[in-house]
Amino acid sequence: MPDLLLELFSEEIPARMQARAAEDLRKLVTDKLVAAGLVYEGAKAFVTPRRLALAVQGIPARQPDAKEEKKGPRVGAPEGAIAGFLKSAGLKSINEAKVQQDKKGDFYLVVIEKPGRPAIEVIGEIVPEVVRGFPWPKAMRWGSGRLTWVRPLHSIVATFGPETEDPEIVKFTVDGIEAGNTTYGHRFMAPQPIKVRRLDDYVQKLEKAKVVLDPARRAEIILTDAKNLAFAQGLELVEDHSLLDEVAGLVEWPVVLMGTFDQAFLQIPPEVIRSTIRANQKCFVLRDARTDKLAAKFILVANTEAADGGKAIIAGNERVIRARLSDAKFFYETDLKTRLEDRLPKLSGIVFHEKLGSQVERIERIERLARELAPAVGADPALAERAAKLGKTDLVSEMVGEFPELQGVMGRYYGQAQGEDETVARAIEDHYRPQGPSDRVPSEPVSVAVALADKFDTLAGFWAIEEKPTGSKDPYALRRAALGIIRIVLENKLRLPIMPIAESASRPILARRHHISLGKNVSEEESIASRLIADVLHRWTDSIASTAKDDDPHAKVPDIDAVGHELAADMLGFFADRLKVHLREGGARHDLVDAVFSLERQDDLLIIVRRVEALADFLETEDGKNLLAGYKRATNIIRIEEKKDNKSYTGAPDAKAYKQNEERALAETIGTAKAEAAAALEAEDFTSAMAAIAKLRPFVDAFFDKVTVNVEDDAKLRENRLKLLNEIREATAAVADFSKIGG
Amino acid sequence: MSAADQSAPQQSDMDPRRSFQGLILTLQRFWAEQGCVILQPYDMEVGAGTFHPATTLRALGPKAWNAAYVQPSRRPKDGRYGENPNRLQHYYQFQVILKPSPPDLQDLYLKSLYAIGIDAALHDLRFVEDDWESPTLGAWGLGWECWCDGMEVSQFTYFQQVAGFECAPVSGELTYGLERLAMYVQGVDRVFDLNFNGREGGQKVTYGDVFLQAEQEYSRHNFEHADVDMLFSQFKMAEAACRKYLDAGWEGENKKHLMALPAYDQCIKASHVFNLLDARGVISVTERQSYILRVRELAKACGEAWLATEGGGAR
Repeated sequence: MPDLLLELFSEEIPARMQARAAEDLRKLVTDKLVAAGLVYEGAKAFVTPRRLALAVQGIPARQPDAKEEKKGPRVGAPEGAIAGFLKSAGLKSINEAKVQQDKKGDFYLVVIEKPGRPAIEVIGEIVPEVVRGFPWPKAMRWGSGRLTWVRPLHSIVATFGPETEDPEIVKFTVDGIEAGNTTYGHRFMAPQPIKVRRLDDYVQKLEKAKVVLDPARRAEIILTDAKNLAFAQGLELVEDHSLLDEVAGLVEWPVVLMGTFDQAFLQIPPEVIRSTIRANQKCFVLRDARTDKLAAKFILVANTEAADGGKAIIAGNERVIRARLSDAKFFYETDLKTRLEDRLPKLSGIVFHEKLGSQVERIERIERLARELAPAVGADPALAERAAKLGKTDLVSEMVGEFPELQGVMGRYYGQAQGEDETVARAIEDHYRPQGPSDRVPSEPVSVAVALADKFDTLAGFWAIEEKPTGSKDPYALRRAALGIIRIVLENKLRLPIMPIAESASRPILARRHHISLGKNVSEEESIASRLIADVLHRWTDSIASTAKDDDPHAKVPDIDAVGHELAADMLGFFADRLKVHLREGGARHDLVDAVFSLERQDDLLIIVRRVEALADFLETEDGKNLLAGYKRATNIIRIEEKKDNKSYTGAPDAKAYKQNEERALAETIGTAKAEAAAALEAEDFTSAMAAIAKLRPFVDAFFDKVTVNVEDDAKLRENRLKLLNEIREATAAVADFSKIGG
Repeated sequence: MSAADQSAPQQSDMDPRRSFQGLILTLQRFWAEQGCVILQPYDMEVGAGTFHPATTLRALGPKAWNAAYVQPSRRPKDGRYGENPNRLQHYYQFQVILKPSPPDLQDLYLKSLYAIGIDAALHDLRFVEDDWESPTLGAWGLGWECWCDGMEVSQFTYFQQVAGFECAPVSGELTYGLERLAMYVQGVDRVFDLNFNGREGGQKVTYGDVFLQAEQEYSRHNFEHADVDMLFSQFKMAEAACRKYLDAGWEGENKKHLMALPAYDQCIKASHVFNLLDARGVISVTERQSYILRVRELAKACGEAWLATEGGGAR
């Protein structure tokens, strides 16, 4: 079967868009082929800085023939209806139609044969559609044309034909560009036109013309050559996958070269050297295999085989890197002249958020909170406060101004240089962590205190000004902040109830907001806010059970109480959601997470997780499974009966009303199991609590075996037995809400 | 050029690899040969060659337009008292605008590099994504930074919008950073060491001889002494004048405009005054945005007026 070769040759496509564009091209063309009845065998897309290419193998030469049945009017229908049918079906006389019968009688039917069209014609329609509607993240016009493409599109190759024959050119034109079989080689080394036939000769001819079509191969060439060059010097490449992909998208013919810079620059922190060389020059850095320190060499990837073997190119790159590193060194040395705390005044002029005050106001809040949190995480309060004070000061350093990704890292270097305690210096860097799912979690207590304080302040702040994440929008990365807190707490096994911290974090922010909105005295406002929050906190515990966020119509009322309530309820609910996502990603059953979250007063993340784990283990046992089944049976009965009688069967059963031994035994065991479970819970021994509840199982089984709940003639006895069933529900509620657990 | 010409001393003085002015003259000659109108710099302070009405305004409207010129550009904030080897508050851009952008614009650009001594057989020339946007001009375009051996030597942009109006046809804009390019071809690491006139010994004039004192004086002026009160009122005056000229220029039920260029001068003026105020550090972050917006509103109104002039294609 024939193959399609397509190439869209343009001016340089931005590296970051290339991979996606290749995938889009493949998908758009093949989807349309399939929609047109042209089911293909395989397809692969390629991309270089100047071309997007697609090869589709095994496309049928023609679309399959199609038959379409068209139902007409009844036999004997008015003449107008018959005439209309003839016209729409393309018939000359009604004799050409068949007559068929259904329940209502005879009607006309015509079968229209639609012969499949040659695939090449269909492709000639598909490709221009794809080109015109291509989903580039940013497209442009050029010259006097109206077509849009990522950069000016120059030529199109489109050939179609079986392996054994010369393929045909697919005939179409897009905005004056006529598809053909001519492409061009490397911009400088082989710019001549090349005639191509199909994928295999296309790839070979391009390779001869100094173009490696496959981006994965270019990346591989770069990586291999870079490693070899490094190895020959006793060095190791500092691998960088996103840089590798980017560089592979900047060249059609990768030529890997090594340059050198002055040893003296190695005094600058290695992160700075790497950022400088990477961001500005898109070059790789190297390290000494023995010392693990950066070497005064770099790897550059050129796009051409220069006549002098690359001497001029290396010299040019070395000069640029020298200038960049000189700038970096200058920034570094300038920064070292100012103590970090002396940068605070500058931060007071920088707005963190219009509604949340300056960076300095924020720093002061974090300082207070870090100090408060310190004892609970085992940190020295004074050191935590110091680290929080200095944590953001490097934001106004020259270096971070130049390379924002070095925030924190530079603060650590500057902190060390000015003789700060090592834990303080490290906390300046680590308080931003974890920055993403793969980032490490701080474990040093001072870092932990500041990291938590920073994140709680962020959450409380944006909650207070109602800038919560919605749907896919989370501009202030609040999900990441909450997840960061969760990971820090869990991975460090911290006992840290969320509510009091969130309360403490919110207080100064609410006080500030109220002060501004009411124009009142701050200290007075602070006390009002404290009272409001204390009040509101009682309601937090309830809100944890319902993690779904309801749109409360009263939420918008400009009432401090309402604002405080919304803030509190939402923030805790948000943590619950994030924890669920986190635990689910770790493989926990979401119904078990729900079952634990439904319990009251759950704001201790570590405890919640332990409960979920204990519950999961319990449900794996026979006792657990049977007890769950018994629980379900009991609640089903109660639910049905409660609905029938329109009353609820809660409250203690009457011990004197028991008639059978099974009733008494169950009631007794419930009593002891509840007490045992309560004691175990008190000791946070969740496994023992589960075991205590598990003791119910044979008694529940026996009860269902021998006792009739719905006794026909004794309403009092029936009610007592229903109440006993309810006791099972109550007893299990000590460890989890079993109603949330799936079968 | 004959062999005899090449050996003549004044010719080698003008070798773009040896003299700053030789580089400029070579680029001018090259683009003149491509049919460009060679203009002289605009006689007002601007932040970039793009502000020259020959680019901003001529990029709008249907008429073809090919021009090239040197534009002294002022970036008050970039001054470093002459102490930084490559930062200047005043520098030269070489600007080329071709409308509609010809299909071989990239090739023409590479040929211009060859003309100034950058041979693609020896050097690594690359087009690296760089989207261009000027918030003050309400303009944007797509293109690249052009790299030579890892150094950015030019900006290459296909204008999509200027003054808030869609560009149709599209102009291709090339901007060469002349000092940086000259430093590269001359092999000099400090801008002030550039050979300006291509002579040697006692006759040699360096870039520093011409501009170092100016860098020092203007840095003092821009950061420390520029008269803030005067600048604030100048901004207001320029803004008001721009509006006034725009209003006065409309004729015949707003179909034609008769004073787009003088109005646009005031827009340029406001923009430069804003840059000076910014360098003086007297504009806060929030105010900054509103000043940029005010200049953009002027630029948009000027663009609209230009489109109602003959140059802008109105009939």
